[in-house]
Amino acid sequence: MSFGPPLFLGLLEGTVTAFVLALTALGLSLVFGVMRIVNVAHGEFFMLGAVLAWAFSSLLLDAPALGFVLALVGSPVVVGAVAFAADRLVLRRLNYGPEATIVATIGLLYIIQQLVLMLYGPNARAVVPPIQFRVQFPWFGYSGYKLVVVAASAALLLVTWYTLMRTRIGLVMRATRFDRETAQAFAIPVDRVYSLIFALGAVLAAIAGVLIVPIQQAHYLMGLDPLLLSFIVVIVGGLGSLRGTLVAAFVIGLSDGVISTFYSGTLAKIMATLLVALVLVFRPAGLFGGANR
Amino acid sequence: MTASASARPLLLHLAVIAVLFGLQFVLPDYDHSSFTRIMLLASYAVGFNILMGYTGLLSLGHAMFFAAGLYGAGLTMQYLGFGSPAAFAAGVASGFSLAIAVGLLALRTSGVAFMIVTLMFAQACFLATLYFNDITHGDEGFVLAAEARRLTLAGEVFELSAPDLRYNAALLLFAVCLLACLGLVRSGVGRVLIAIRENEDRATMLGYHTFRYKLLSLALSGTMAGASGAAYALLFSYVGATFASIQYSILPLLWVLLGGVGTTLGPLIGTLLMFYLVESSSGYTSSYMLVVGVALVLLILWFPKGILGTLREKWLPWLP
Repeated sequence: MSFGPPLFLGLLEGTVTAFVLALTALGLSLVFGVMRIVNVAHGEFFMLGAVLAWAFSSLLLDAPALGFVLALVGSPVVVGAVAFAADRLVLRRLNYGPEATIVATIGLLYIIQQLVLMLYGPNARAVVPPIQFRVQFPWFGYSGYKLVVVAASAALLLVTWYTLMRTRIGLVMRATRFDRETAQAFAIPVDRVYSLIFALGAVLAAIAGVLIVPIQQAHYLMGLDPLLLSFIVVIVGGLGSLRGTLVAAFVIGLSDGVISTFYSGTLAKIMATLLVALVLVFRPAGLFGGANR
Repeated sequence: MTASASARPLLLHLAVIAVLFGLQFVLPDYDHSSFTRIMLLASYAVGFNILMGYTGLLSLGHAMFFAAGLYGAGLTMQYLGFGSPAAFAAGVASGFSLAIAVGLLALRTSGVAFMIVTLMFAQACFLATLYFNDITHGDEGFVLAAEARRLTLAGEVFELSAPDLRYNAALLLFAVCLLACLGLVRSGVGRVLIAIRENEDRATMLGYHTFRYKLLSLALSGTMAGASGAAYALLFSYVGATFASIQYSILPLLWVLLGGVGTTLGPLIGTLLMFYLVESSSGYTSSYMLVVGVALVLLILWFPKGILGTLREKWLPWLP
């Protein structure tokens, strides 16, 4: 067998990873950029999205496509509400102190994860893809659903970009991110913006979770990997730089796809985590992030 | 401060150690073994507290030092045929060297970046224990042979699996860590560490080379973690990747928060309470880590000073 087809497959897989990762990491990056806090529970929002997708789609087993649409709408709404409540009840009371919020979100991580374990159980469960077709390449067939995931993620990234850059609410968010106090002085309800951003970050992670669940089964421990990968992406891309986050998501996602086609996945992960630690030590602004606020 | 007032903390700590010594004669078998574990884990927490409580550096990757001790002792005993004392020394040395290596890199950052860097290093270590599955047996781990865990001293043979020996070995380690921590806190070095915690810029301005002090604190903290990991491997004869996972980095944070950040005895109290809380809840449900999550959120929201921190603030200002 020649080198080409496996490389192509690796690149395809990498593209899927990259887009899903971009969504998840964008959520983390938004929260960090605007609120200046590190949300360790971010991966659990991803997991919660996936598990709820299973729950919603099992309501409509006869019509998988309809069930999936219900999941795609329902589970981000629920996850967003959970995040909104967590912000109001916990994070706001801590005044968003960086270290206190990390401890609190570690607590949230365990609460969400263990509640899911209690209610949903320790088993991994699959969701039927809403569409079943294969794209036939000369060398192999490829799941059409994965390409739909790419398209859907790309569309969502565009919507998020548009919201941030071209709408009034996006302007308010960017103003808060740029200078919290001045924003407040201009009558921007900073508290509400914070809750909204925290919920939006969680919603992005949840959508990524819903999209991934037909490919990768829903399991209560599935949140850790996306969390660490998102950390890696956000840090390599430059803390709080949205463009950097997207670029890094593609670099990491594609190289992960290619490397794990040819080498062991664990080794790739070890390399990536060490890379991140070293980036943080030697280039705290990230590899792609310039000076930004 | 009068002489009697400055002797009070030392007396208190000696009394605590004496009580722990006395407890072994009254505790039922089951709690006897639990206390052995608690004292080992509390030594780990004491080390964590030196870094978090007295130097103001919050590490989210301390499990790597604990695991370095665990594997340093376990692997040398399993593959190189080290005896117990040499294996213990190897474990302590691995904890110490890893702490120095990580410190030289990670201490270039501070605050949130330090937390994430330590988290990432620890995750890399955890993945490494899985990657070298042939040697470490990954998640499953391996059990140390009973023959290797004998200690020959002056012609007498001691079994490290004997409960009494285990208890007193754990107590000895804990006593050493506790008194070292007390000594550190009351020494000039300890005051510099506290100064760094309160205001690093000012400490620098006063002429202290803060990086060296922070490295010292991390090294001491990592050594204690390594020592308790090594002792854990030798006394409980099990070495596995679970001890390198994120969970074992979070637990000492929780113990120290509960007992009181920056109090010498807080780690013991936090470990003791949390150990029994988790254990009693794991009788009812498999999701016992829920307790850990809830405790973290409640503590940070309403009780950030912990038990001893609050006591010290309200009634006992002399508590170290």
